[in-house]
Amino acid sequence: MSLTVPAIPSRPWKKPPLIKRAWLRWTLILGFALYLAAAFGTTNVNWARVWEGMPRGMQFVTAFFPPDFTSRWDEIVDGIAESLWMTVVATVVGIALSVPVGIGAARNIAPLPVYYFCRSILAVSRSFQEVILAIFFVKLFGFGPFAGFVTLAFATIGFYGKLLAEDIEDMDASQAEAVRATGAGWLQWINYGVQPQVMPRMIGLGLYRLDINFRESAVVGIVGGGGIGATLNTSFDRYEFDTAAAIILIIIAIVMLTEYSSGYLRRWVQ
Amino acid sequence: MMSKTLASPKRSWQRRDRKTQLTVWAGYLIGTAIFVFCFQKISETTIWAFVWDAPAQAADLGSRMVPPAWSYIHQLWRPIWDTINIATMGTLISIVLAVPIAYCAARNTTPSVTFLRPVALFIIVASRSINSLIWALMLVTIVGPGVFAGIIAIGLRSIGFVAKLLYEAIEEIDESQVEAVRATGASAAQTTAYGIVPQVMPAFAGISVFRWDINIRESTVLGLVGAGGIGLELNAAITQLYWTQVSLMLLVIIATVILSEWVSAKVRHAII
Amino acid sequence: MLRIKGLTKRYRTGDLALKNIDLDVPDGQVMALIGPSGAGKSTVIRCINRLVEPTSGTITLNDTEIVGLRSGDLRRMRRRMGMIFQEYALVERLSVMENVLSGRLGYVGFWQSFMRKFPQSDIDEAFRLLQRVGLDHMADKRADELSGGQRQRVGICRALIQNPELLLVDEPTASLDPKTSRQIMRLIKELCAERKLSAIINIHDVMLAQMFAERIVGLKLGEIVYDGPPDKLTPAVLTQIYGEEDWASTIRKADDDAEPVDELAPARPAETPVIERDRLAGLT
Ligand SMILES: Nc1ncnc2c1ncn2[C@@H]1O[C@H](COP(=O)(O)OP(=O)(O)OP(=O)(O)O)[C@@H](O)[C@H]1O
Ligand SMILES: [Mg+2]
Repeated sequence: MSLTVPAIPSRPWKKPPLIKRAWLRWTLILGFALYLAAAFGTTNVNWARVWEGMPRGMQFVTAFFPPDFTSRWDEIVDGIAESLWMTVVATVVGIALSVPVGIGAARNIAPLPVYYFCRSILAVSRSFQEVILAIFFVKLFGFGPFAGFVTLAFATIGFYGKLLAEDIEDMDASQAEAVRATGAGWLQWINYGVQPQVMPRMIGLGLYRLDINFRESAVVGIVGGGGIGATLNTSFDRYEFDTAAAIILIIIAIVMLTEYSSGYLRRWVQ
Repeated sequence: MMSKTLASPKRSWQRRDRKTQLTVWAGYLIGTAIFVFCFQKISETTIWAFVWDAPAQAADLGSRMVPPAWSYIHQLWRPIWDTINIATMGTLISIVLAVPIAYCAARNTTPSVTFLRPVALFIIVASRSINSLIWALMLVTIVGPGVFAGIIAIGLRSIGFVAKLLYEAIEEIDESQVEAVRATGASAAQTTAYGIVPQVMPAFAGISVFRWDINIRESTVLGLVGAGGIGLELNAAITQLYWTQVSLMLLVIIATVILSEWVSAKVRHAII
Repeated sequence: MLRIKGLTKRYRTGDLALKNIDLDVPDGQVMALIGPSGAGKSTVIRCINRLVEPTSGTITLNDTEIVGLRSGDLRRMRRRMGMIFQEYALVERLSVMENVLSGRLGYVGFWQSFMRKFPQSDIDEAFRLLQRVGLDHMADKRADELSGGQRQRVGICRALIQNPELLLVDEPTASLDPKTSRQIMRLIKELCAERKLSAIINIHDVMLAQMFAERIVGLKLGEIVYDGPPDKLTPAVLTQIYGEEDWASTIRKADDDAEPVDELAPARPAETPVIERDRLAGLT
């Protein structure tokens, strides 16, 4: 091997672009730029109104120093308690219902008609934001935490069922096959071949969902689904910003607490 | 977990030993008790007559919803456009703000562990705990109803989401690559640009697109509190009991959400 | 000339990694640093370019004191020392060319480097080095598409483009097969000869060390226990460094078999990071 390297002609170097095809690159860039321009152009902002609102915004910010926990304390406690009942019941019921739906939505287990049926339940549940669902359930069940509970349970089915179905689809087929080869019945097969594979992760996700349901319980109240959301909405309607600030701080604290403890529980379970 | 008891000459096998078994039963018992108690609390405030009547109500409502008022779609283009814009611009704002927050929150990049990091973490938790609808509720009282409030609400809610996932991605980078760049004599900014940014870029892009997808769904309801988008029409139609319009809008929402989910999955696939 | 005097390092965990090390490395000398795991080899190298802060002692490179330099001076100092890492430590998502050019970061300003607008002379030098190690056709490949040997050669280019006075090499062959290991070591040795560079090479493979280094330093529990030429490395010395073993087969007898550098082990497929589904799911 020679140590002398022949002089090579000077070549420019430029970082190769992320998208190799020039026309595609430019179409994407141009398209996005046009979209942004259109979006900005068609967004009417009433700056005068925004300006007017600034003092109220300041008022809102100052409401946090200090927030008013005392004057509506009883209502706050009731709201939080209601939210908690809703969260617990909705999570349990939702997960219980999502197990059959999730199994039915796993392509490698379910027959085709069942698969489509279960998948469409999941799609509906996931497409609608909790609040839209809540509006309808409030219409059906009347105001109060029952409607909120049904909403959250239904949303839980979409979330949990989909993840369960994906998990079952990703499982190791040979393990399940080995169990089937012993001559196990269908339920036995699920219990011995499938469940052990998906269980640890699903327990963790169940705890996650508990967090999420609490957070969401704060909004279903806005449309009449009970819980702390109702209390919060009332305080906004009354322009009692310092009470609203107190409620928001409490929500943050509880979310932090549940997140921390569910993270801890998850580690303990696994 | 599995253990053999050797008490009797005939070996018996149990999945759990006696003590574990008792603990498990106690766990189930407590869990059931909590559930029953919570359900009791809910049922106290429920008018059960309404609940029993619900299936009939649902059937009635369903029959009023068909057929969807197809011609009404012409009045929906604008709200759909607004909805998408709220999601997109809100996401863009949140991305811009989330990057420095994530930088301050990640243990390995933060300029100050004792002061900036807790502040950044608090911002993240606060943003995440408050649903975008609540943000919208506040913002509508402050800046007035309209798309603008919606954009800001979505932006504020998404900061925490993007920043949290991003800072976790930053904490998981391969430090040896960063160290190698530092060893060349690069400045702090250059070390970030050459050692950290390339490592977190795919995660960052994925997170952003994922959040955009979620935001499409979220922005469909902001109108309920006056913050623009299709929720505004939906609210109006529900209060005026135009059920055929409502059903059309529900279909439109499903279509939009499924489409955005598809786009986001495609983009994420392309990035990774 | 690198001169280390009384170098001591105690990690925050309390580990005393180096105890009062004295070491001189004259210009142009290729020195191998051997010793059991945990002896402090990496710590020595990292103290020299201050990726690790020495607890006490002085280190001078050509009469510049390294310990105690402030950030700007430290950066200028670091670019005078090229470092090559065990696991290559390439930035995997950057291209080969960007990785090589990152060796110039100490010389260019932030915006220049951010916009990837390096001076043409740097780019010429990068191409020249890549050609020298036989990788110029891969300039625009991503680093994670290369095989281990190829990555290490990119790592060498990155160190050399700094135009260093000293190479710090931390186990360059630990993740490579025996043949590639020799090729890499030979490359380092040749490049040091071409550029009159001195080098400190941490290495576990005693035979490789004997083959390619002019001087060997043995480190044990943070202390130098051997310092001398390769052929004085007797079983007794090795026992002193590593402990009791049958060393006869480890020590090199014949001259190394010269073989041409041949290229292109198959590339490893790129690993794709996946954003963890659980975590995303939990946050909706
Ligand atoms: N970052 C660190 N924090 C605390 N202690 C450390 C750190 N790095 C190294 N040490 C300790 O310093 C001592 C020397 O470590 P060093 O990495 O220098 O050994 P080495 O000779 O390079 O070993 P190897 O051959 O395994 O790479 C060890 O006892 C190690 O535990
Ligand atoms: Mg080492």
